[in-house]
Amino acid sequence: MIEKDLVIIGGGSAGMASALEAHNQGIKSILILEKNPYLGGILNQCIHNGFGLHEFNEELTGPEFMTRFSDLIEKNKIEYRLLSNVLSISEDKVVTYSNSYEGLVEIKAKAIILATGCYERSPGAIQIPGTRPSGVYTAGQAQLYLNCYGYLVGKRVFILGSGDIGLIMARRMTLEGAKVLGVAELMPYSAGLNRNIVQCLKDFDIPLYLSHTVKEVKGKEQLSKVVIAKVDEKFNFIPGTEIEFDADTLLLSVGLIPNCDLISKLDISFSKTRGANVTQDMETDVPGIFSAGNVLHVHDLVDYVVSEAKEAGRGAAKYLNGKLTHKGHVYSLKPGYGIGYVVPQRIFIEDAGEQIILKFRVTRPFKDINIFIKENDNLIKKIFKPAIIPSEMEIVKLDKSLFKSLDNTIDVYVEEKK
Amino acid sequence: MKELICITCPRGCHLKVDDNMNVTGNFCPRGAKYAVNELTHPVRTLTSTIKTNSELNPRCPVKSKEPLPKELIFKAMDEINKVVVKLPINIGDIVIKNVCGSGVDIVATKKIDK
Ligand SMILES: Cc1cc2nc3c(=O)[nH]c(=O)nc-3n(C[C@H](O)[C@H](O)[C@H](O)COP(=O)(O)OP(=O)(O)OC[C@H]3O[C@@H](n4cnc5c(N)ncnc54)[C@H](O)[C@@H]3O)c2cc1C
Ligand code: SF4
Repeated sequence: MIEKDLVIIGGGSAGMASALEAHNQGIKSILILEKNPYLGGILNQCIHNGFGLHEFNEELTGPEFMTRFSDLIEKNKIEYRLLSNVLSISEDKVVTYSNSYEGLVEIKAKAIILATGCYERSPGAIQIPGTRPSGVYTAGQAQLYLNCYGYLVGKRVFILGSGDIGLIMARRMTLEGAKVLGVAELMPYSAGLNRNIVQCLKDFDIPLYLSHTVKEVKGKEQLSKVVIAKVDEKFNFIPGTEIEFDADTLLLSVGLIPNCDLISKLDISFSKTRGANVTQDMETDVPGIFSAGNVLHVHDLVDYVVSEAKEAGRGAAKYLNGKLTHKGHVYSLKPGYGIGYVVPQRIFIEDAGEQIILKFRVTRPFKDINIFIKENDNLIKKIFKPAIIPSEMEIVKLDKSLFKSLDNTIDVYVEEKK
Repeated sequence: MKELICITCPRGCHLKVDDNMNVTGNFCPRGAKYAVNELTHPVRTLTSTIKTNSELNPRCPVKSKEPLPKELIFKAMDEINKVVVKLPINIGDIVIKNVCGSGVDIVATKKIDK
């Protein structure tokens, strides 16, 4: 059996960034496995700009951003295989993949980084009453067709869900001559970034219907009408609030789910994000198996995917160099009031570097709040936020010296001003 | 007093601009520049795709090298949709010079060989 120090599954931004970081840390036997015929992952279809402000201090489009990384992969001669679909990973880190030029291959890896991205919630996953006509797509599917093949899926479009991909597609399809009739969002606030509400909807006078969702779709073979209605706090339809649109297309932008299929059968625990629970080094419950990027928790910014992937790359290098001891004081992180999740879920304080990075999201929009990070009575950090929304992930970098090993849990919670 | 959301970066700061064009609420200097621009002559970077002569990669992504005046966005789209580029093409290659007389070029954002 072929052996590798580090096998990385997925050649998107997370996969490439973690490979480069591990390489920089001196790991030379690396293999990236990617099922598509190209590196770059989802960024291939994200032709809009807005990427790389943190990483490169310039505003790049998705393809430009990923090329910075794929060029470095080539330059550093990091090995990768395209069109290679990973079929399974075993607890003892045997990776099985297949492609048309090698057939079925098994590789024994000393460490693995899972960087398989996420998938979109599909029409089947959310139940819309009415007929099952054609003309219903996920926003990402429509993006792929339009941006990679030049095929516009419809002319009169309604969008369900105010996630960023949906907003970006509202603008993109408008530019290509489609009429976008509106965007409905179940929650009373948008799931997308503010900047996308402005530049994708307001710029083109596309209405956003908050606290609304699709009540019914009509049409025999082809979608012909979309009916939306307002919902109350319990998400029940309010009678008489229906609005009907003559639409031939319904795009769904209703959430992304980490693509954890490959590790779902391993002895690994999962968090609320539907990604694996990890340590400060992005290591899952199985020593030597790491996870980063959208497969760990869904990110809205590729820059954050990249920095997380670098942590995983460094973590894997530490593991391979015998520097992850899993000894000493260990904390578990507990999301408290107002906090949806915290990554990482565990911190081995002795293994951690000088800085410990926490990432979290709030459960709903808040104004004028303090966020507390505490172990027992030791206040590690208090952060004041004039305004905070779930779609913007918070990142806090904490000095290791702030941690006093007083307790086994660290609480992260919101306190509202009276 | 006008209120705006800065779209320069994903942070999306809430900006306030008074009658003398003094900007507050911006986390960084780019926000002030954005607010003044937005109230005098709003501009947007345009991204789209352009036809290629390839079957494997029928579309090449492009962008306006600099932001375009907002009112030219749809006219620029018309120009972009008229062009077919011949491969190979590299990042930064100009596909339309001085689009709609704006002084801004449309450039490729992906390297495609075949
Ligand atoms: C549609 C969309 C729009 C976005 N827009 C923006 C934006 O405007 N600005 C911004 O900063 N961020 C944006 N993001 C967020 C950010 O760009 C992405 O989150 C980031 O690129 C994800 O990187 P990743 O490597 O985790 O996942 P991906 O890019 O999805 O990469 C995962 C890779 O793994 C491969 N893979 C999966 N399973 C297997 C398997 N079994 N075997 C082999 N390979 C496999 C896939 O083919 C893919 O190439 C967007 C995300 C999406 C989904
Ligand atoms: S003011 Fe600066 S930090 Fe705030 S959104 Fe604008 S560019 Fe971003």
